[in-house]
Amino acid sequence: MSAVPRPTTLMGNALQSERLARRRSRVIRERLIELVLFLAALVSVFTTVGIVYVLVKESVVFFEQVPIRDFLTDTQWTPLFDDAHFGIMVLLSGTLTSSLVALAIAIPLGTVIAIYLSEFAHFKVREVAKPFLELLGGVPTIVYGYFALLFITPLLQRIYPELPGFNLLAAGIVMGIMIIPYVSSISEDAMRAVPMSLREGSYAQGATRFQTATRVVVPAAFSGIASAYILGISRAVGETMILAVSAGMQPNLTFNPLEPAATITAYIVQVALGDLPHGSIGYQTIFAAGLTLMLFTLACNIAGHMLRKSFREAY
Amino acid sequence: MAYAKDLTQVRALIASHKRWDMIFALCGMLALMIGVLTFVALFLDMALDGAGRLSWDFFTNFPSRRPGEAGILSAWVGSTLVMLTTAFFAVPLGVAAGVYLEEYAAKNWVTDVIEINITNLAGVPSIVYGLLALGLFVYQFGFGQSILSAGLTLALLILPVVIVATREAIRSIPQAIREGSYAVGATQWQTVRYHILPYSSAGILTGVIIGMARAIGETAPVITIGALTFIAFLPPAPVTAEPPFVSFEWLLSPFSVMPIQMFNWTSRPEAAFHANAAAAGFVLVIMTLAMNGLAIWLRYRLRRNIKW
Repeated sequence: MSAVPRPTTLMGNALQSERLARRRSRVIRERLIELVLFLAALVSVFTTVGIVYVLVKESVVFFEQVPIRDFLTDTQWTPLFDDAHFGIMVLLSGTLTSSLVALAIAIPLGTVIAIYLSEFAHFKVREVAKPFLELLGGVPTIVYGYFALLFITPLLQRIYPELPGFNLLAAGIVMGIMIIPYVSSISEDAMRAVPMSLREGSYAQGATRFQTATRVVVPAAFSGIASAYILGISRAVGETMILAVSAGMQPNLTFNPLEPAATITAYIVQVALGDLPHGSIGYQTIFAAGLTLMLFTLACNIAGHMLRKSFREAY
Repeated sequence: MAYAKDLTQVRALIASHKRWDMIFALCGMLALMIGVLTFVALFLDMALDGAGRLSWDFFTNFPSRRPGEAGILSAWVGSTLVMLTTAFFAVPLGVAAGVYLEEYAAKNWVTDVIEINITNLAGVPSIVYGLLALGLFVYQFGFGQSILSAGLTLALLILPVVIVATREAIRSIPQAIREGSYAVGATQWQTVRYHILPYSSAGILTGVIIGMARAIGETAPVITIGALTFIAFLPPAPVTAEPPFVSFEWLLSPFSVMPIQMFNWTSRPEAAFHANAAAAGFVLVIMTLAMNGLAIWLRYRLRRNIKW
């Protein structure tokens, strides 16, 4: 029975310790890899920290020279003139007006498209339409800017000849069309997530498709639809090139979409195109403007989060 | 009699409700058509306005004060180099972050913070990334208004896209694959390296292409860091005659990219430059369409072919 020679204790120990060492190095390697992957995931946190750090750092210097009250209440924006005024209201009015025009287009059209694709359209129509809308959302914004300035504006001028070459209306319309895919695709996903049994219950009571869509599916999917709207709003507020190209860069306190006006984003582009020395007040204004923009989109995101929470329907 | 009257009323009701169905379906198609028509108009507008300028010379000429001689050589070379830099940073970081969040991350507050961050970053306007890059990369780190700064900025911008695509691709791999791998003694990294990454590569690729298509058209952040709109020279070549044959000088070179070139031509008053802008826009649209189309096709094939 003792035909199999037992390894001497010395050899056994060596074998065992070699195995242990290999195992240890493997554990260490696994840990190291996990650490590297974790650091990669942390980059997103660093990005946020970096954004807040840069915006706040430069804005603090800015607000040491310009009182916050002036920033919020002044009705002129002339930061690069000798008689400098820093009324962010002027730029905000341009941002708000163009965003409202865009949302007036994107929200109704996007919602109708979403309901149509989710509740009415044939499977094949949906298969073609969804990628197509995606392509529409993938067109570079500078191309939309060209389109707004040199196609939509001349088109609108035929209807309303007094329209200036730069105006918020054309920019807003094109922006709205650009945002449609964002609104419709997220709303549609939300509607498709509504369980079939709810629709079947509604049909069983004799409701039509339209009634089912508007009274059952849309209310059930409302939290998702709301977040699609919020995303649309933050896209509109943060959109830059369409406005920089076709709405003009002249600060103008107005809520009339037929006028040219600069937005917060267009102002940042305008300053960046010029040759402002690092550390000058003009350089700092773009960070103050950026901080305003950031706070605005943050407020949107928080509002969206709360909306989602209070309207969430769990199935 | 009353019964017959009721019946006609009910029928009228049904007919009117059905009419509403029809009306809404028409509205839906109309809304969809507005999107389609805009796209077609945009495409044709670019093609018709720019057709006269699209020639071989347009791709091999530098920008010029004379619209007839101006081309996009420095712009497309700049775009290519910036895209290379972007991909070099965004793909490894995004895939690693996605793998960490799906395969490694514990359910704790650190993970929650990372996830909330990624969601929020996806909603941050792109120009804010430009400001981040201006303050951090250009001045704090001293990279200057260079290809490196632009590439890093766009990499951060598309990172959420790559991360989300990676996570979705990994999530669709069934648990049994992982269990099988562990059962034959593989470590977690070996499982990721030999199973998770290969099986999710097509999905990740889709996300990377969509991200790159977005990056190539981004204008605002690149303008914000101070890319020049008029560049009549090329960055130093990445390949040199003397050893070590590779040079990274181009990383710190000033540059221009396609969308900025187009912006420059669009904002000039002369109509002749608008034709150049249209031609550049046409090239840009074709490029992004091709990339997005490729991604959509890949995803379609993926959905059809993989049956776990």
